[in-house]
Amino acid sequence: MTPAEKKNVFTGLAFTSLWIVGLCVFTAYPVIASLYYSFCDYSILKSAVWIGGENYRELVTDDLFWKSLGNTLLYAALSVPLGTAVALALAMLLNCDVRGRSFFRVVFYLPSIVPVVASSMLWLWIFNGEYGLLNGLISPVLGWFGLTPPAWFTDPTWAKPALVLMSLWGVGNAMVIYLAGLQNVPKELYEAAAIDGASAWRRFWHVTLPGIAPVVYFNVVMGLIGSLQIFAQAYIISDAANGGTGTHDGAPARSLLFYTMHLFTTAFHDLRMGYASAMAYVLFIVIAALTWLATRLSRRHVE
Amino acid sequence: MHLGRREPSNMKRAIPARWLAHACRVLALGVIGVAPALADVVGKDGKIHVTYWEKWVSFEGIAMQATIDAFNASQDKIVVDYYPTSQVDRKVLVATAGGDPPDVAGLWVQNIATFADANALMPLDDFIREDGMTSEEWLARYYPAFAHICTYRGQVFAGISTPAVIALHWNKTLFREAGLDPEKPPRTVAELDEFARKLTKRDPKTGRLVQMGFLPQEPGWWPWIFARWFGGELFDGERVTIGTDPRNLEALRWVASYTHEYGRDDVRTFASGFSGHALNAQSGFMNGKVAMVFQGVWFDNYIRQYKPGLDYGVGPWPEAVPGVSDFAMTEADVLVIPRGAKNPRAAWEFIKFANSHNPQARTREELSGIELTCFLQAKSSPLRAWSPFFGKNHPHPYIGIFRELSASPHAVSVPQMGIWQEYNREFMLVFEQTRLALAKPEEAIAYCQKRMSASWARYQKSLIRHGQVAASTDAREKTEDAR
Repeated sequence: MTPAEKKNVFTGLAFTSLWIVGLCVFTAYPVIASLYYSFCDYSILKSAVWIGGENYRELVTDDLFWKSLGNTLLYAALSVPLGTAVALALAMLLNCDVRGRSFFRVVFYLPSIVPVVASSMLWLWIFNGEYGLLNGLISPVLGWFGLTPPAWFTDPTWAKPALVLMSLWGVGNAMVIYLAGLQNVPKELYEAAAIDGASAWRRFWHVTLPGIAPVVYFNVVMGLIGSLQIFAQAYIISDAANGGTGTHDGAPARSLLFYTMHLFTTAFHDLRMGYASAMAYVLFIVIAALTWLATRLSRRHVE
Repeated sequence: MHLGRREPSNMKRAIPARWLAHACRVLALGVIGVAPALADVVGKDGKIHVTYWEKWVSFEGIAMQATIDAFNASQDKIVVDYYPTSQVDRKVLVATAGGDPPDVAGLWVQNIATFADANALMPLDDFIREDGMTSEEWLARYYPAFAHICTYRGQVFAGISTPAVIALHWNKTLFREAGLDPEKPPRTVAELDEFARKLTKRDPKTGRLVQMGFLPQEPGWWPWIFARWFGGELFDGERVTIGTDPRNLEALRWVASYTHEYGRDDVRTFASGFSGHALNAQSGFMNGKVAMVFQGVWFDNYIRQYKPGLDYGVGPWPEAVPGVSDFAMTEADVLVIPRGAKNPRAAWEFIKFANSHNPQARTREELSGIELTCFLQAKSSPLRAWSPFFGKNHPHPYIGIFRELSASPHAVSVPQMGIWQEYNREFMLVFEQTRLALAKPEEAIAYCQKRMSASWARYQKSLIRHGQVAASTDAREKTEDAR
């Protein structure tokens, strides 16, 4: 390495040193330390005691671990496909050449930048069993069939579906990415398909979808990661809709106890940082495995 | 007054180091979301600055600030700096682990055992002794239920900041409408159920509930209290007893009876209109949707704010155990000194001030310490002795009832165990499964017993690992004594 190259390297390191230090101190160290703590009996206030794989063994037999994992996987299984379909449908509508297109794009994107606390409080009232807007609308319709609307967030059966519906509120980000993807699909392909007499569905299936496959893959993976880490909405809503007890245990009856909520209460309420660290690593493995699976399944379609 | 005061020997040399340390502290605390403790240990004014992190910002915060102002004015060596801090328990936890806790922290009662077991709190006994009192003498000033709250493992760990007693509140207007005597609340559980029946109304057209006499889940903050009310024990000092004490099952069966009588779905829809809004304008009690609730001494503050003129009464808990007509639940937020605090002695001086009073006070201006705080919060004092002004001019119209219940030998508080938060969550599940008819009470209780027994064994094992067997044994002995 010449002196000039050396100087360049040192200059570069000097300019990036703040970031490097930040990465090491606030990301790399906690990640490595939490791996160590996952093998310890550690409460943050007392020194860590090495206990080998005990935390991981306990996880296997912990009903709450499985309950929270099950809730989370179910939520992801419902919200990711639904979110993908709605975001893509909206993007396709907003890709049409209609008057006021920019206005509609803004309108549909806006909800995704509303802070999660504000949107959670809003949806709490929309889904309110007694005075909620949604029940006010569907009640007369259900009444024809002799049915009554559910109490949503206070009913263990309906709490998760309500949260899934609420998640559609934030599809704006994915929608914008789909929109960008749609605009990159060559118009000639649509023209050729039209000349060949392809129906709208066939054009979507054989032209649009293959054309935006990398975008779909990206959005699905990001949606999957996000849904497996769902926390804030459930943390706020489950407590506020069920008495404001402050226990954050996924009320009603743990139907909204998601993995990260269980992890949080284990760490910060029960002070079991070692066990919570083990939970965090299991979540990491689950997310990595599902992402790998999504990559494998989409390999044929994504170049 | 002996104060452990630190003066930098060389100010010029100390400044860069102090600034660096301060910058690091602000950066670190900022990253973990903690309000930075900006005050130096010794201010430029030569006074010791005690940092005090507290959760309250509303009327409780104003009252505590008034007490702080009174303390600051009462002497010229210490200044208490008040930092309203959300999620204070978690922030104190992280700050204590990081070696930079506040001097005084306002925690919840359930934090004491957990923090003390983790060696994160300073016992106050030495300070009390240095002031010429024994711990027993210090504690004897409180009503027994509040003295119990301040102690753990036989040591004093806390002072009281916001005491509370929970009692039955009933809507007199609804009583009149139902043909009940508004001055006679239910005296037994059977009467409570009977009154509840008379006070419940349904829409004649739709059959939907429009008013209920009583709802076990309103406000639903302490469902475990029903077990204690029925005479049950949740923890005997050595073992978890939710599943072994039949009175707990009796309490849960009583909870289930409301679901069976009024219909699970009907109650759920009805309650969803106000669930989680016990202390605001949507309150079921204040809006006449629920006629009787168990609420704390704080409730009057909210009634005055959101439903002024509401005609309501306060009385003792109805008799659930024959002969026990003075059952009560006591609660408190507490003042503690985290281990590692920079000014523990000065912190103690403040806690001592905030937990004393002027027994001769005859005017509002003469009120001091806990009485000043409680007067401004419209709450009852946890101390046995009340000054003439405090007792006679208290803003709460039913303060006498709360004083009687504070003195009750049957007043209970949160069980003192290091895993109470987990236990509380498990009990909450039992309560929900029962009231939502998702499980039979006996099944829900058995599951809770199994889980909590395992958790308690794990917790004990953890204490042993950390060399705290003796403390744990001591805890059991002391709990036995207390019982």
